[in-house]
Amino acid sequence: MDEYFGSYAVVVALFAIGVVIFAGALFGNRMLRPNRPTPEKLTTYECGIDPVGDGWAQSQVRYYVFTYLYVVFAVDAVFLFPWATVFAAPGFGMTTLVEMFVFLGFIALGILYAWRKRVLAWT
Amino acid sequence: MSLMSMTLLAAPAADPTLDDFGHDPIGIVILKSVVIFVVLMLGVLFGVWFERKLISRMQNRYGPNRAGKFGLLQSVADGLKMGLKEDLMPRTVDKVIYFIAPVVLAVPAFLAFSVIPMGPKVNMFGVETPLQLTDLPVAVLLVLAMASIGVYGIVLAGWGSRSPYAMLGGLRASAQVVSYEIAMGLSFVGVFLFAGTLSTSGIVAAQANGGSFALGDVDIPLPSWYMILLIPSFAIYVITMLGETNRVPFDLPEGEGELVGGFQTEYSNSLKFAVIMLAEYVNVFVVSAVSITLFMGGWRAPWPISMWDGANTGYWPLLWFFLKMVLVFSFFIWARASLPRVRYDQLMSLGWKILIPANLAWILLVATMRAMRLDGVNQTVVLILGAVVLAGALAIWLRFDTTLQRRREAKAAQVEAEFEQLQAEPTAGGFPVPPLDLPHYHGVGRKEVPSGTN
Repeated sequence: MDEYFGSYAVVVALFAIGVVIFAGALFGNRMLRPNRPTPEKLTTYECGIDPVGDGWAQSQVRYYVFTYLYVVFAVDAVFLFPWATVFAAPGFGMTTLVEMFVFLGFIALGILYAWRKRVLAWT
Repeated sequence: MSLMSMTLLAAPAADPTLDDFGHDPIGIVILKSVVIFVVLMLGVLFGVWFERKLISRMQNRYGPNRAGKFGLLQSVADGLKMGLKEDLMPRTVDKVIYFIAPVVLAVPAFLAFSVIPMGPKVNMFGVETPLQLTDLPVAVLLVLAMASIGVYGIVLAGWGSRSPYAMLGGLRASAQVVSYEIAMGLSFVGVFLFAGTLSTSGIVAAQANGGSFALGDVDIPLPSWYMILLIPSFAIYVITMLGETNRVPFDLPEGEGELVGGFQTEYSNSLKFAVIMLAEYVNVFVVSAVSITLFMGGWRAPWPISMWDGANTGYWPLLWFFLKMVLVFSFFIWARASLPRVRYDQLMSLGWKILIPANLAWILLVATMRAMRLDGVNQTVVLILGAVVLAGALAIWLRFDTTLQRRREAKAAQVEAEFEQLQAEPTAGGFPVPPLDLPHYHGVGRKEVPSGTN
């Protein structure tokens, strides 16, 4: 494991151990627990009253536009992180700084637009 | 002389760098992974006990004190009970999704801990190895990614349950966590600007000593912990870490007052529920550990202890790290004991209208400050640039402020008009109101007619 991906392989190892532990726990639970289902036990709990209608009831999803905004800002972060790490390295400097100012200016315009269009408010 | 050489040896402190990772023999890797899992599980058991005990004391009661000394075994008993109880899987649920959701929630929570540095290089069974499972050039990004995968667990649990409350809880959780994750990611940028790396061990090493800030001819020494150097970033991170882990005051996804149990409503008291709880606490530990690593100097001893030369060597840092974890976790409990839950739209507007814009402005400010310290940079240009940004931000804020003020005044006038109308004509609002000319509405001057007497 001396190559570049060695340190990633360790993450995969931890992932495997995690899956094994939880699968084992759930399997052991299956072996140990009693199982005596009745029709009442098998209804969904909801709020304690017998459920009416289908579980996936239609409901207005508030703030769904936020997912688009999230994509914008997630990409923003993806650009910001490498910029922040090389920022102080020799050979970058003024140009890097100004570029990021311009980029963040565009991003800020995006959020201002959403704000102005009342996307950020409870509708 | 020997003391001298001791300090010289201790000074490099075997600080791990990125090159030190990925060389461990497989036995050490497995040992470290298993230790992380076991310690986190035990941490959850006793963390729950600690939380219940501390919050009880804050609320003037005793808390668990029956199982074991000081109730220490309470969580162990609860866990055993959950493991042995009948597991009810409602007939209507989406079986596969319902089953894997707790696992999707729990495994990434543990994974994030693999990049948390807990000490310098030590000698473990004859192998020189850092007290950290692994480190990556993008370690902090891995933590953020794992937090995002955890959201899938919440959404899937809500969706798979086929219950309206569970689904609303899951949807709320996803909107909340993605919003706060952006603010969280942005609050890291200041740290990266100063540390110049995304690797967690590198960030801890960068907080070893503060450096100085040259303003003209004066050298101002800077504090070494980013918590003090970047207070706004740290404040925003603290708020987002409460939001990201769905803890009070941002525990809306499971707000029992309105959503029964939120996304976990249909997970009756069984091992699956225990796994969800486990994942929640591990997430709290992860964000605490990240706050320590990025802002509080990581495993390094705090100031009075750090005067002792051996403080940052060997296995001692594990103790400092643990103490810092206990303090941060206590902060979570303190917040839970003292703050009420915020309303959902307040939560979202705090995230999008305050945390994110403030963070963007703060990043620009930090970048400008940082640029002034670099060589070969025209400081006048940087200052002008900073001033322009500041003026622009102020102008935008002013514009918003005047608009908001105007809107607030209009609203107040409307309320006032409505009030006056209702005063003149009580039934105008459409609500049934008692006639306002009843005797007891008119003070003690009139004789009140009590009900039930003749």
